[in-house]
Amino acid sequence: MDTLLQQIINGLTTGSVYAVVALGYTMVYGVIQLINFAHGEVVMIGAMVAFSVITSLAGSNLPPLVIVLAGVLAAIPSCMVMGYLLERVAYRPLRHAPRLAPLITAIGMSIILQHLALLAWGRNPLAFPQIIDNHIFGIGGAAISSVQIAIILLSLTMMAGLSWFVYRTRFGIAIRATAENVHVAGLMGVNANRVIAATFVIGAGLGAVAGAMYGSYYGIAHYTMGFNLGLKAFSAAVLGGIGNIAGAMLGGILLGLVEALGTGYIGELTDLCTWPIAHGALAEQCADGGNFVLFGSNYQDVFAFLMLILVLVFRPSGLLGERVSERA
Amino acid sequence: MTGNRERFGLALIAIALIALPFVLAMAGTAWVRITNFAVLFVLLSLGLNIVVGFAGLLDLGYVAFYAVGAYVYALLASPHFGLHLPFWIILPIGATVACCAGVILGAPTLRLRGDYLAIVTLGFGEIVRIFMNNLSSPLNLTNGPKGINRIDSFQLGPLNFSTNDTIAGLIFSGPIKYYYFLMLVLLAVIVINRRLQDSRIGRAWVAIREDEIAAKASGINTRNIKLLAFAMGASFGGIAGGMFAALQTFVSPESFVLNESIMVLSMVVLGGMGNIWGVIAGAVLLSFVPELLRYTVEPTQMALFGKVLIDPEVLRMLIFGLALVLTMRFRPAGLWPETRHRREMNENRA
Repeated sequence: MDTLLQQIINGLTTGSVYAVVALGYTMVYGVIQLINFAHGEVVMIGAMVAFSVITSLAGSNLPPLVIVLAGVLAAIPSCMVMGYLLERVAYRPLRHAPRLAPLITAIGMSIILQHLALLAWGRNPLAFPQIIDNHIFGIGGAAISSVQIAIILLSLTMMAGLSWFVYRTRFGIAIRATAENVHVAGLMGVNANRVIAATFVIGAGLGAVAGAMYGSYYGIAHYTMGFNLGLKAFSAAVLGGIGNIAGAMLGGILLGLVEALGTGYIGELTDLCTWPIAHGALAEQCADGGNFVLFGSNYQDVFAFLMLILVLVFRPSGLLGERVSERA
Repeated sequence: MTGNRERFGLALIAIALIALPFVLAMAGTAWVRITNFAVLFVLLSLGLNIVVGFAGLLDLGYVAFYAVGAYVYALLASPHFGLHLPFWIILPIGATVACCAGVILGAPTLRLRGDYLAIVTLGFGEIVRIFMNNLSSPLNLTNGPKGINRIDSFQLGPLNFSTNDTIAGLIFSGPIKYYYFLMLVLLAVIVINRRLQDSRIGRAWVAIREDEIAAKASGINTRNIKLLAFAMGASFGGIAGGMFAALQTFVSPESFVLNESIMVLSMVVLGGMGNIWGVIAGAVLLSFVPELLRYTVEPTQMALFGKVLIDPEVLRMLIFGLALVLTMRFRPAGLWPETRHRREMNENRA
């Protein structure tokens, strides 16, 4: 059967969302070596704003594609403002403080954002309106929906655009120079404050799109969605080698695939009835097509964390890693 | 060192703390319960303080150890497995299991730099919670999201912690008995913490926090010393967890979400990392403020706007978030900082 192909398609879809979110973490980390803990919440706000705009326009006579576009286009600037404010409030004043300080302010900011969203959008999960006709195509025994195709294509476009920006433009050079060495970049005439703020803003803009994509893929937006998504995207960034843009993309897609395949197969793999140890009470349980599944697909969220821990333990610099050793 | 005046002050505080539950009981047993949970949070914060405050390792999954302690107690003293061991056997077991969990998490991850460690511990906390949520099939270990209920209360000889006793005309209700027990544990933990802080190990922790490379160069086995901090913090968390299970007589994965870790961390940070008294004050403050908010927010909003605009729970979290941001911004070493810490934090600020 084509569970394999199906899980690969699903994995690619979530993986490309992770990748786009991971870019936000990795760019900020590359420049100031800090984990922007509140990035997940920015993504959540993006999904929420997109939700509000799409829902309020859903009744109008505009073509569905325009409505979705309007939602995404409203989410991007909102999140960019959010990203900029985050940098100004939580990070810039603490740039020379000990490491723990900005991490704690970021946790504080993420609590604040989460609960403001709770106030604004309520406690219940919001059903993302499915206004675009979600056509399903069959390829080789597996199904791929038009939303999935759109997510994968959009993510790839954004990643290509970001690569072009970072590697081919003057400002991109400034970003890379700052990541290499803030002081020397400053001597070369780079305005470090502007570069740092820009990485936050760009990351937030990408995150806004990711939030909208995530929301429309799962059909749901919730004020806590940023936490899990952010954590997974961060794992993806670490997996690829944090600070490395190509690494974040690779890490995101890999993580999506591992998660999808893991969730798809863990039930079968840990079904003790398929192991050659069945005897006694276990054999009875297995006798008429029964099974004894140790870990089912409800362990989905464990994969990302396990992978994160394994990567950090065995290859702390990630797959395409740059320096992550202790800095004096 | 201790002057007469200081001794007198301590005696006064002791008397006040001994009389406290009876005064609170007059306002309602609920307040004694609230105080008990506050003391529990003080214990947790003191445990986390060893890891974060003394050794400077940011642990965002501390609640996992609390959860381990609570579940150990719940499994060994409830009808779930039909086991009813006495608490003085279970609490040490819980502490040991939590300690092992701390070592298992710490051993591979402690060489990571601060912020990575924070994320890994956070992930670990989530993994523990996910397992507790799902270990109900194929074998029902944790009863899943429904949790385990009808957990035994403490029982010491004829003394049962869930019933009322009248001694010398005073009614010792269940919560009051727990209060005294918690106070004894707290006293022990404070003494241990104070001794630790001034010991060779305590100084090694501070050295690692200040500069790990220099600490290593001075002959400190940084890995073992960090692991020790982790293990000790975890054991305290395990003990607190066991008492939580008994107090609450019910545990479920919902009590051990990330927010709890963040809450305990806020207590440590707000009070003043590394300073035992500061941490205690932070924990007491953050445990009682929400309760006070619960009683004041709704009436105030009703009076002002005629309806409840902001749910007290949400307001509480907003205040927490704001407190974290503002503390780091204006008093990066906390409200009552440790002297050494204060110097370090101010020096680093450009």
